[in-house]
Amino acid sequence: MSAIVSLHNVVKTYTRGKQTVEVLHNLSIDIAQGDFVALMGPSGSGKTTLLNLIGGLDRPSKGEVNVAGERIDQLSSGQLAKWRARHVGFVFQFYNLMPMLTAERNVELPLLLTNLSSAQRKQNVQAALTVVGLAERAKHKPAELSGGQAQRVAIARALVADPTLLVCDEPTGDLDRTTADEILHLLQMLNKDHGKTIVMVTHDPKAAEFASHQLHLDKGQLVEGSAHA
Amino acid sequence: MKYFPLLWAALWRKKARTIFTLLSITVAFLLFGMLQGVNAGFNQAVEKANVNRLITTSSIALTENLPYGDLAQIEALPGVAGVAHASWFGPYYQDPKNFVFSFPVEPERYFGIYPELILPKEQLQAFINTRTGAVIGADLARKYGWKIGDRVPLHSTIWTKPDGTSDWNFDVVGIYENPTDRAQENAFFFNYKYFDEGRSFSKGTVGWYIVRVKDPTQSAQIAAAVDKLFANSPDETKTETEKEFQQAFLKQIGDINMIVTYILFAVFFALLFATGSTMMQSVRERVPELAVLKTLGFSDTSVLTLVLCESLLLCLLAAALGLIAAWALFPGLKDTLGVVKLPTVVIVEGVVVAVLLAFITGIFPAWRAKRLDIVEALRG
Repeated sequence: MSAIVSLHNVVKTYTRGKQTVEVLHNLSIDIAQGDFVALMGPSGSGKTTLLNLIGGLDRPSKGEVNVAGERIDQLSSGQLAKWRARHVGFVFQFYNLMPMLTAERNVELPLLLTNLSSAQRKQNVQAALTVVGLAERAKHKPAELSGGQAQRVAIARALVADPTLLVCDEPTGDLDRTTADEILHLLQMLNKDHGKTIVMVTHDPKAAEFASHQLHLDKGQLVEGSAHA
Repeated sequence: MKYFPLLWAALWRKKARTIFTLLSITVAFLLFGMLQGVNAGFNQAVEKANVNRLITTSSIALTENLPYGDLAQIEALPGVAGVAHASWFGPYYQDPKNFVFSFPVEPERYFGIYPELILPKEQLQAFINTRTGAVIGADLARKYGWKIGDRVPLHSTIWTKPDGTSDWNFDVVGIYENPTDRAQENAFFFNYKYFDEGRSFSKGTVGWYIVRVKDPTQSAQIAAAVDKLFANSPDETKTETEKEFQQAFLKQIGDINMIVTYILFAVFFALLFATGSTMMQSVRERVPELAVLKTLGFSDTSVLTLVLCESLLLCLLAAALGLIAAWALFPGLKDTLGVVKLPTVVIVEGVVVAVLLAFITGIFPAWRAKRLDIVEALRG
């Protein structure tokens, strides 16, 4: 299967005051289309930095980042924003929903950037909420939802524009075991039944077991023997 | 339009803060509407002044009277088409707060000089023939429910009778209209003869003369000629066009335009800080949310535009409320100022000020939102 994510010799450095810290060191990774990859590793290993590079939220200091057929490290800020809207759906640990909007308005947000009519947007929102099993909570605001329900809304928002790739940063980090498993089953279903490529950062080995592949990072480098699940 | 629910929801994220900010802007625009309305109303009155008419007053002060005998001399000047006179009666009806704009006049002369005051012929005739007759504006008649045949007592704050009383009785014999300016339908005219015979002092004098000229281009020369007639006399005059006279009259109250400008400048300057800090705080609180919008694919420019539009929505909403309130309250000033409704130009100016206010208070938080780094913002 062709690689939908391909990183070559990627270096990422941050400057903190006078100090320069290299977070990723000449990292190269290929992720195949339709794969479900769990990125694991201790705190500070560079998991989230890697995820941000794959999701087009950040640029590498050196190296190439190819995602969904585009060399995204060379895109301008505006081009990158358009690219993200078209190709990436994001799921965060703390859901990051707009507190003042209802579930359906939250899910609709990515569609505002498309040319879809109001009726089409409504239809797509309804479909996305149905996929995550929350159609009946469409009119509820995030404060009126449980953690699991809020994360489902976040997943519906990530899905609604039919992105090429789902990028999840600790999607179950704020949930109890049962709810976390429900969310992971949902992600697994999206990968298997809907063919979505998923890259998920997690600390939790149990969560990682839901992925098809596990990649382990340590000190900004892939650990030898990153295994298939 | 599709972004409206997002903007509206963002605006009401902190309800109490938005309501207080909205109220402060609304009050500022209410003040803007009322003050600018007064200013515009005065300017309109000046603009409507007739170019064919000159006003002759005492050169000492507007309150100084002129001899009635001057009339014939002015009338005899070449280029003069007619002369009328009026005096300030300064009365109220029943209660001092019911002030009435009242003037003793010679009916034929006065209504001849002011053709815009429409009075049926038979009513003018009745006015001429009735010593205690009075002709009132349609609006004044509506206000007190007065009609032809009514006897109306007015109490003058200036003119006493020989018996020491200041109560004057009049018989309403006519109601005039002014279709070109309904705000001028609130005057009370009565016979000069009745006034002059009845008052205890200053007999044989008038407040001012109104001179109609045959050719408006000759106004300056005729004005100079009138003043020359009475130069070095005990009653020197000052003659100016009706427009100049009205401007000078308003200047006696104060430079309305300057006062209004200073007050509004102070109000909006204070408002800039209040609204600006609200917008800054609102954006600061929403940094992670704005970062999420960028994550979803909203460009830097889109986020900047959204924050600016939010500021615009807040300011336009408040301005609309303030200006509507001013529009509703403005007719209440009619008795004091004679201006009937808020001029449209004030509404247009208000909208322009609201847009400017929105831009100035919104641009800094919007710029901050534009420059937001997603990774930093999401990290909190």
